[in-house]
Amino acid sequence: MERIEGLLGPEDNKSHTLSPYVTGTSVLGLKYKDGVLMAADMGGSYGSTLRYKNVERVKPVGKHSLVGASGEISDFQEIMRYLDELILYDNMWDDDNSLGPKEIHNYLTRVMYNRRNKFDPLWNSLVVGGVKNGKKYLGTVSMLGVHYEDDHIATGFGNHLARPILRAEHSNDMSYEDAVKLLEKCMLVLLYRDRSAINKLQISNITEEGVTISQPYSLKTFWGLSAFKDPTKGAQGSW
Amino acid sequence: MFRNQYDTDVTTWSPAGRLFQVEYAMEAVKQGSAAIGLRSKTHVVLASVNKSNSELSSHQKKIFKIDNHIGVAIAGLTADGRVLSKYLRSECINYSFTYESPLAVGRLVVQLADKAQVCTQRSWKRPYGVGLLVAGLDESGAHLYYNCPSGNYFEYQAFAIGSRSQSAKTYLERKFESFSNSSRDDLIKDALFAIKETLQGEKLTSSICTVAVVGLEEDFHILDQKTIQEFIELLEIREEAPVQEEAGQEEAGQEEAGAAMQEDAEVPPPAPMDIGDL
Amino acid sequence: MSSIGTGYDLSVTTFSPDGRVFQIEYASKAVDNSGTVIGIKCKDGIVLGVEKLIASKMMLPGSNRRIHAVHRNSGMAVAGLAADGRQIVARTKAEAINYEKTYGEAIPVKELAERVASYVHLCTLYWWLRPFGCGVILGGYDRDGPQLYMVEPSGISHRYYGAAIGKGRQAAKTEIEKLNLAGMSCREGIVEVAKIIYSVHDEAKDKAFELEMSWVCDESNRLHQKVPEDLLNQAIMIAKAALEEMDAD
Repeated sequence: MERIEGLLGPEDNKSHTLSPYVTGTSVLGLKYKDGVLMAADMGGSYGSTLRYKNVERVKPVGKHSLVGASGEISDFQEIMRYLDELILYDNMWDDDNSLGPKEIHNYLTRVMYNRRNKFDPLWNSLVVGGVKNGKKYLGTVSMLGVHYEDDHIATGFGNHLARPILRAEHSNDMSYEDAVKLLEKCMLVLLYRDRSAINKLQISNITEEGVTISQPYSLKTFWGLSAFKDPTKGAQGSW
Repeated sequence: MFRNQYDTDVTTWSPAGRLFQVEYAMEAVKQGSAAIGLRSKTHVVLASVNKSNSELSSHQKKIFKIDNHIGVAIAGLTADGRVLSKYLRSECINYSFTYESPLAVGRLVVQLADKAQVCTQRSWKRPYGVGLLVAGLDESGAHLYYNCPSGNYFEYQAFAIGSRSQSAKTYLERKFESFSNSSRDDLIKDALFAIKETLQGEKLTSSICTVAVVGLEEDFHILDQKTIQEFIELLEIREEAPVQEEAGQEEAGQEEAGAAMQEDAEVPPPAPMDIGDL
Repeated sequence: MSSIGTGYDLSVTTFSPDGRVFQIEYASKAVDNSGTVIGIKCKDGIVLGVEKLIASKMMLPGSNRRIHAVHRNSGMAVAGLAADGRQIVARTKAEAINYEKTYGEAIPVKELAERVASYVHLCTLYWWLRPFGCGVILGGYDRDGPQLYMVEPSGISHRYYGAAIGKGRQAAKTEIEKLNLAGMSCREGIVEVAKIIYSVHDEAKDKAFELEMSWVCDESNRLHQKVPEDLLNQAIMIAKAALEEMDAD
């Protein structure tokens, strides 16, 4: 069938990403004494089906930055292609200059907002963290291009469930051990309450020395609460 | 019939492997009034000689601010210089828009040089007839570059371009090793001394020169006339003091400069462009 | 030269009656006058070395580089007009990145050399362009191991065990031929390259120079990198000592 050209020319009725397909859930990030920590589980949901269980959602970008993503996994992979090319070009200069977390964050902000203005957004919430020249940096940008910096950040469900805990318990000079414990506490809450979360996560650490991303591991859960014992009791017929 | 059939087109190589059009463009830099630059670890100073074409006109601006951390001084075709300054400004502003941080000087200079190179390889273009001293500060420190019409660029501790720049160069060559640890004010004084060398006895006044500074915690800016005049007066006091060795050196400098000028008058053959105009 | 004044040597798109394109030959002259550039293939990688002539003592050491990274694991050394060289380097980077974007794998050195050669050749085909006044040596590492190519202003490209261009190329080639490249590691190669560059440098005729070196080898994790400063200084020391010994003889 012949397509009718819209008022704005051939671009007018082009179709775009209208909804995400495979998505990752929350990413958490916080500053601590020596740098920045980020946590994300490894699930990739196909709609509400937990389809993939081994998706790395936090990646190093250059020497000084980490980027974590929730939302459409394929869009995140595309973003990583942009960033890897950017870093390669940056490295090939082989001078004493390099892109730091602040530059990466701002770049992503421009990309995300630009794509949203084309009505073709990259369907992600991104967290950018890093350390350069002794300065810690943590920021986020959404699929709309909304961006800000903060001492602790959480995307998606985490913004509702983890940040109240972070607000109460986080401080910038906390030790690595305390910071990991705090992240695990938040991830446990998310695991219990966010149906998309899975119990396999990685914690990524970036300091002046460089990046380390942990092996995947699980949190200890306790499902023995009395309310869980007989969930259909009192709600006959609804399950 | 003609002296040279190989010198009218940028796209023609001479049998010796030279590009005369490019070398001639480099001569245009020598026609412009002098500009000099020098740097320490923390500061870069640019200075230029203002020459007006007539008693009734003002001089052309020769020092341009590019961004808060970068500025240039030019010698040669001022119009070309302004076009390139505009290009530099837009590169800087685009970079700050994307990364919200200043563009590294060394990278900007390469972009500029690449732009200049293109004009040496297309038959419908001509090389830019301007030399630029690019001064700037970035995370790797203070830098001074010289960009040439050939598309070459060089990083210097101190350099001078334009007419009669040889005498300034001689002055700078004698002192550049100490510049690295100079204070900001000492750099400015040395800049004025170097400028004075190019004046050939003409009196140095604040109206005949422009001086600009960029450095740690100091955005690029052109000094106002009053400040320059104060510096000049300081120099004059230094010069008049008879026992100071500075005065002795000064004379020696003048002699050397004079000799160099004679060399200039003999019109040495243009240097091969892969080494640059020196 | 017989070509001069005949009118057959003014454009790249003109053949002379005996089938030569003089403009390309003239462009090569610009390369022949430049500082010497050499590259060798050792058993575990590639070493590139450049005799970088310094025109003024006020110029800073380490500036005006003639060796450039063109991808993670390949580098390019330029002889001739540095400005022309940067144009080739920029194109090479773009080709390498474009290949990886399309095929998800780093570009083979052979393919990269071919693409660079095509680009250089392109400038010999149109009257409105001039041939590049530079030659490049491309060194890289791919799944077939380390490889070395040289591309000349004509657009010709060959693979080499050891290559040299610039002023001292003849002497340098003679020296390279004496080396046992197949049994040599890059660590040893660095010293040999330094020695050759120092020996072909004409102290009397030329200005001061700086030795610039890079490598791609197992020791650099197959990444193209500047030769570490301590190794470079050590190589320079040995080269200078060897030179003095020769002078004493």
